[in-house]
Amino acid sequence: MIKLTNVSREYPRRGYALRDVSFHLPKGEFAFLTGHSGSGKTTTLRLVHMMERPTAGEVRVTGYSSQLISTREVWKVRRRVGFVFQDFRLLPGRTALQNVAFVLEVTGTPRKEVMPRAQRLLAQVGLAPKAGAMVNELSGGEQQRVAIARALANDPFLLLADEPTGNLDERASRGIMDLFWDINARGMAVLMATHDLELIRKYPRGRVLELDNGNLVYDSQQA
Amino acid sequence: MYALREAFAAFRRTPVLTGLSSAMVGLALFAVGLFALASYNLHLALSAIEERVQIVVYLRDDARQSEIDLAEKELGELPQVAQVHYVSKREALDNAKKELPDFADLFSTSEVNPLPQSLEVELKSGSRTRPVVESIARKASSYSFVEDVQYGREWVDKLFMLRRIGAVTTVVLGAGFFLVAAVIIGTALRIAIFARREEIHVMRLVGAKNGFIRRPFLLEGAMAGLLGGLLAWLLTYATYRGAYAFLFAVAWIPGAWVLGALAAGALFGALSSGMAIRRHLRDL
Repeated sequence: MIKLTNVSREYPRRGYALRDVSFHLPKGEFAFLTGHSGSGKTTTLRLVHMMERPTAGEVRVTGYSSQLISTREVWKVRRRVGFVFQDFRLLPGRTALQNVAFVLEVTGTPRKEVMPRAQRLLAQVGLAPKAGAMVNELSGGEQQRVAIARALANDPFLLLADEPTGNLDERASRGIMDLFWDINARGMAVLMATHDLELIRKYPRGRVLELDNGNLVYDSQQA
Repeated sequence: MYALREAFAAFRRTPVLTGLSSAMVGLALFAVGLFALASYNLHLALSAIEERVQIVVYLRDDARQSEIDLAEKELGELPQVAQVHYVSKREALDNAKKELPDFADLFSTSEVNPLPQSLEVELKSGSRTRPVVESIARKASSYSFVEDVQYGREWVDKLFMLRRIGAVTTVVLGAGFFLVAAVIIGTALRIAIFARREEIHVMRLVGAKNGFIRRPFLLEGAMAGLLGGLLAWLLTYATYRGAYAFLFAVAWIPGAWVLGALAAGALFGALSSGMAIRRHLRDL
């Protein structure tokens, strides 16, 4: 599914963000990626989403290798891997439904199927009643649900999430976490970056990968 | 289809931004339009003056009609000559009376007609250059029955200097105007695209193909260019009407230029949008 082999990422001025990291995430697994800020969590997610290339080593996502993929065909990876951000990254000035429909449209879904599918996706994340609301009028938790619905639009096999509860209160966080577990229970792998150890403790079924200063220092599966 | 819908939607969603960039494109093209209007009229004025360039071959009074006919035929057959017109002594006198009414008395009281008969040689447009004029004048003066050949040497020289100045200013100023317009249009569209970088980013994030992302922006650029072109057309036309009404009779630029400019506006809009969006699609 996804496989990192001796992956390093070095930035010209900042130095190493990731150093010689290897791990394998099989199909359907739920894994937390934890560590202090600056430990390399976001860099790892970006590498898996192929927003950047490793300076050494190889990232493999389904059939695609970071060493071989070109800018022009990177969309193939993006449609198989959803991404959820801490700050949601929704398009303001559009409704929840439009934000989800937008993704379906730009990835070539036939026009007739766009709206029904967008409705279904919003229903999946429990937001069907708010479909017509402008996203900037929604609460943080609701906005994150829209973002998750959007990430699910192309039926990916893996969901990446970068501190998805970082901007949310206790209750909204719990709702979002439950949603991620639901999604995982339906067979989708989840790789979630979080520095919140409390959160990890509440979900002991998840695998834990800990990064420190760019090094992978702990993997609950090998412990 | 999606691209077209999106391009129109952009106008709806951000009317101020797209309106402003169209207005900037319009003003930039307006400058080009004014320049085109001015240089086209300058060109017309010069051409009108140039048409008056002709060679007058004065004939001796004792020239035989057969000789004159031959000269008329020979000169008329030269490739640069449009036509040769024979003016008899009588016609010359009538013309003089018409053109110089103050001296009409003098001409009518005089027993003898002092004016010579002549051949007026009209040149084809494009052949009214000094070397052509001189060579034909030389040929004409070689006839034994020719008294004198006149063509306003200084006049021809000055005209050619004016023409050259006109051509150089047109090219240099025109290129300058066009360059400035290009920079302004490019910047306006870059701003429009920069304002939507988040949308572009999201599209890439969810796996839209680059071509798919690019298309609505290209169309939007073309539309902004076209709208700007229409605006420039209106402004230029208004200026033309104003100048016509209050200054002097100027001519409107040819329709083909207008259509060409509109097409160029649209094409250039699409092109600058394409260039502006490239930087957003370059990274992985």
